[in-house]
Amino acid sequence: MAKDEFTPRTFKVVGTRPPRPDGLDKVTGRARYGADMSAPGMLIGLCLRSPHAHARIKSIDTSAAEAMKGVKAVVTRADFTTTPEDQGTRDILDNVMAGEKALYDGHTVAAVAATSRSVARAALKAIKVEYEVLPHVVDVDEAMKPDAPVLHEGRQQESVPKGYSQNVLARSQYGHGDIEAGFKKADIIVERSFTTAATHQGYIEPHACLATMGNDGQGDLWCCTQGHYMVRNTCSAILGMDAGRLKVTASEIGGGFGGKTTVFLEPVALMLSKKAGKPVKMTMSRDEVLRASGPTASTSIDIKIGMTKEGKITAAQGEFRYQSGAFYAMNGALGAMCGFAPYDLENLQSVGWEVVTNRPKAAAYRAPGAPMAAFAVESVMDELAKELDMDPIELRLKNAAEEGTKSAYGPTYPAIGLKATLEAAKAHPHWSAPLGKNQGRGLACGFWFNFGGDTCVSLMINPDGTVSLSEGNPDIGGSRAAMTMMAAEELGIPYEHVRTVIADTATLGQNEVTDGSRVTFAVGLATIKAARHAIEIMKTRAAATWGIEPDAVEWVDGAAQPAGPNAGKFPPMTLKEIAAIASNTGGPIAGHHEVNAEGAGVSFGTHIADTEVDPETGAVKVVRYTVFQDAGKAVHPDYVEGQLQGGAVQGIGWALNEEYIYGKDGTLQNAGYLDYRIPVASDLPMIEPVILEIPNPGHPYGVRGVGETGIVPPLATLANAVSRAAGVRMTSLPMSPPKLLAAIKAS
Amino acid sequence: MVTVTLWGSLADLAGGQRNIEVEAKNLRELLTALDKDYPALRPQLERGVSVSIDGKIYNDSWFQPITESSEVVLLNRLEGG
Amino acid sequence: MSRIHVNTTINGDATDYLCEAEDTLLDVLRDQLDMTGSKEGCASGDCGACTVRLDGRLVCSCLVLGAEAEGRTVETIEGMADGETLHPLQKNFIDKAALQCGICTPGILVAAKDLLERNPDPTEEEVRYWLAGNLCRCTGYDKIIRTVLETAAEMRGAA
Repeated sequence: MAKDEFTPRTFKVVGTRPPRPDGLDKVTGRARYGADMSAPGMLIGLCLRSPHAHARIKSIDTSAAEAMKGVKAVVTRADFTTTPEDQGTRDILDNVMAGEKALYDGHTVAAVAATSRSVARAALKAIKVEYEVLPHVVDVDEAMKPDAPVLHEGRQQESVPKGYSQNVLARSQYGHGDIEAGFKKADIIVERSFTTAATHQGYIEPHACLATMGNDGQGDLWCCTQGHYMVRNTCSAILGMDAGRLKVTASEIGGGFGGKTTVFLEPVALMLSKKAGKPVKMTMSRDEVLRASGPTASTSIDIKIGMTKEGKITAAQGEFRYQSGAFYAMNGALGAMCGFAPYDLENLQSVGWEVVTNRPKAAAYRAPGAPMAAFAVESVMDELAKELDMDPIELRLKNAAEEGTKSAYGPTYPAIGLKATLEAAKAHPHWSAPLGKNQGRGLACGFWFNFGGDTCVSLMINPDGTVSLSEGNPDIGGSRAAMTMMAAEELGIPYEHVRTVIADTATLGQNEVTDGSRVTFAVGLATIKAARHAIEIMKTRAAATWGIEPDAVEWVDGAAQPAGPNAGKFPPMTLKEIAAIASNTGGPIAGHHEVNAEGAGVSFGTHIADTEVDPETGAVKVVRYTVFQDAGKAVHPDYVEGQLQGGAVQGIGWALNEEYIYGKDGTLQNAGYLDYRIPVASDLPMIEPVILEIPNPGHPYGVRGVGETGIVPPLATLANAVSRAAGVRMTSLPMSPPKLLAAIKAS
Repeated sequence: MVTVTLWGSLADLAGGQRNIEVEAKNLRELLTALDKDYPALRPQLERGVSVSIDGKIYNDSWFQPITESSEVVLLNRLEGG
Repeated sequence: MSRIHVNTTINGDATDYLCEAEDTLLDVLRDQLDMTGSKEGCASGDCGACTVRLDGRLVCSCLVLGAEAEGRTVETIEGMADGETLHPLQKNFIDKAALQCGICTPGILVAAKDLLERNPDPTEEEVRYWLAGNLCRCTGYDKIIRTVLETAAEMRGAA
């Protein structure tokens, strides 16, 4: 991709706030989500899940279940006879249907399809599984010890030094300079250890799918996912079928946040459907969602930062130990790369560890790995600011990374927006507003990468001059509106003349998952390029009609016109006029663009929170919250604000309430919304979003991904605010009332 | 020759060198040369890496040009949510 | 297993159905009547995505049995618009971006409409507590609360 795609321009559609095309369906209940589809003759599929944290599966007897009236198929791992080629897909198979061992409470060991939910439930009870219960481990530090119960043999990567458990799968060290020399130069050093609990993405829509697999080798799958192409590729690899024989359609998606970049029910439903010869619908209960899908890593982190008395960092060191559940995930390395990314550091050592435990396989959750790292680093920064009696923004500005800084993860930064967010925070009235009794103000910065990836877009000019746009990324926060706007902008036609749909896997080429804050950036880029492609064709048609050369035609305000007086004197031909004569001038007109949109720009944010601590109960109330983030260019500002607000509130939940609680037996104790408490409306103040627009040179309109960075600063922002309000440094998340009360009493 | 910066634990595998030099004009040639010249890196290359070229991160694009003055940094393969 | 015959009124229409004793009202609405606007987020009354009105009172339809609807009136999201005319809350939820993924939207709209019918001039705090039983994971609630307050003001002005 060319380095500088961006050219400044005046926008007509981009930057406005039109109603979203999927709005009406969503406010009337008509929108179809994962569980809202049915098919004639459909069966109901259910999973049997391990009640043990770690157990060898000695035998599974499904005969009684199979003999029941209304039961049409039972599957176990024995039905999955294909061994996928790559390790990642083999892990997914092991996760969706346990092999020799059940690795966590909730791990699927068998599944049934029956004519009704009640028959399916009864059939699950009739399956007899003989387990040999094994010792388990759910804590990251425990799992690293040499004598810890081992989940997998032989999976340790060559980067892990001797002396650690086989559960430690990888170690990644980043940094530069000489930290020992750097710490010697420090006037003050703060060293702290932190822990964060595992949290769940908490999307309100449980995983659901409807699968049809025929004996002709063709399959159809409807599911809620962040990436139906990924689902197709993964399911076909697991089932040993050609990807092209499986058509996957993405439903409306009821939240994902990274947690639906996954496959859980889909291969199982396809296998049940294949065996039963009928469509099979599967829907997770909330209990299953919490026990067997999505959580984040829990972490144990050590941070040491040295500073001069003027507040300049001389050296920084971090150890980021992340457990990713029962299978490998790269989280600790991301923590190690992101935690110190806001700072210009001469001497840094940052080490990430990937550890497996008897918990569900961790999935991405908005900037995976980064929020916990920022919590630890930014807490130490706040403590240093207090020790040096410096303003936390000034301290950060003194050390802030900028263009030309060697980043914590290695490369030299191009133009970045961190200082702009800090300056905006400094100038905002929130920063200088008076605080009340028992209140404290916290501030923190956060960093995230952002991605691009494989993208396909098709743009059809209809005979009446309207436009149909097909893209392949599930719309998770208003992206159909954003694509419609960018197409309208580029073509020079009204927003209402374009309709954008999410195409199924048989309709467009490969599309990367909706992740990495990539869609508005990458799909937007492909949409603009597809529009330009269509414009080129329309210019050619106008030129042929006028009998002039195509390069003598230009596209202005939705119409072809002769480029200058020498080209000839013809009145402009609008898109509508060109569309009307398309059959006469060569046939239907369509533009398309296929690209691996690499080189997305990195993103920074700064948050401020005011909290009030009740010294009697340890309860925390968030009284004011402001988010500052660079969006490059906000295509639809309402939805950018929504991303910043939503990310902040998820971070507030992570900081204050949310945690996976395991019993001594390694089973999850709070698998429901009552006990796994996500923020509710009455917990919160308004969240003020401040959007900065520093154009991303890698996008024609300057767009930068905004979806993930918003969850990075809040954990630290809240910890800093609560620590200042309570007068005691909180190093363990969540800062739930009992934990905070104990800390206040101990201080 | 292009100078490639390795992350710490990868450098340990390359005999402790943080910066190594390979002959490459694009991303594909870079990955091929690393695989050939530094067999100890092969397991990680097979698992996947991201490559930062002049501050921008690339995952797959073979023909992304690299010049002798390019800043090239290997990273763990990045994923988002 | 014999099934129970239920006569009820849904969104003003006389409706009857057969259900099993264990079926919830939500199961009946979704699986038998294909009214999938009410969502199942938890099946334990904690998320509010299945909120409907039963005899004028807000309930989680996952906590009501299908058989309990006998002789009563049920109001769901499917009955909120009057033909092609949206309720002001519905219109404003689109115009003011008070939804992202939209899965919680039906429950929140049903609950918010009920609030405004009882209290046409709620404070921000009253809206926040009224909707505290409706979980939203996308928006951080900011635009939802604002939109309910602004719609209340608009409806008071119009009345």
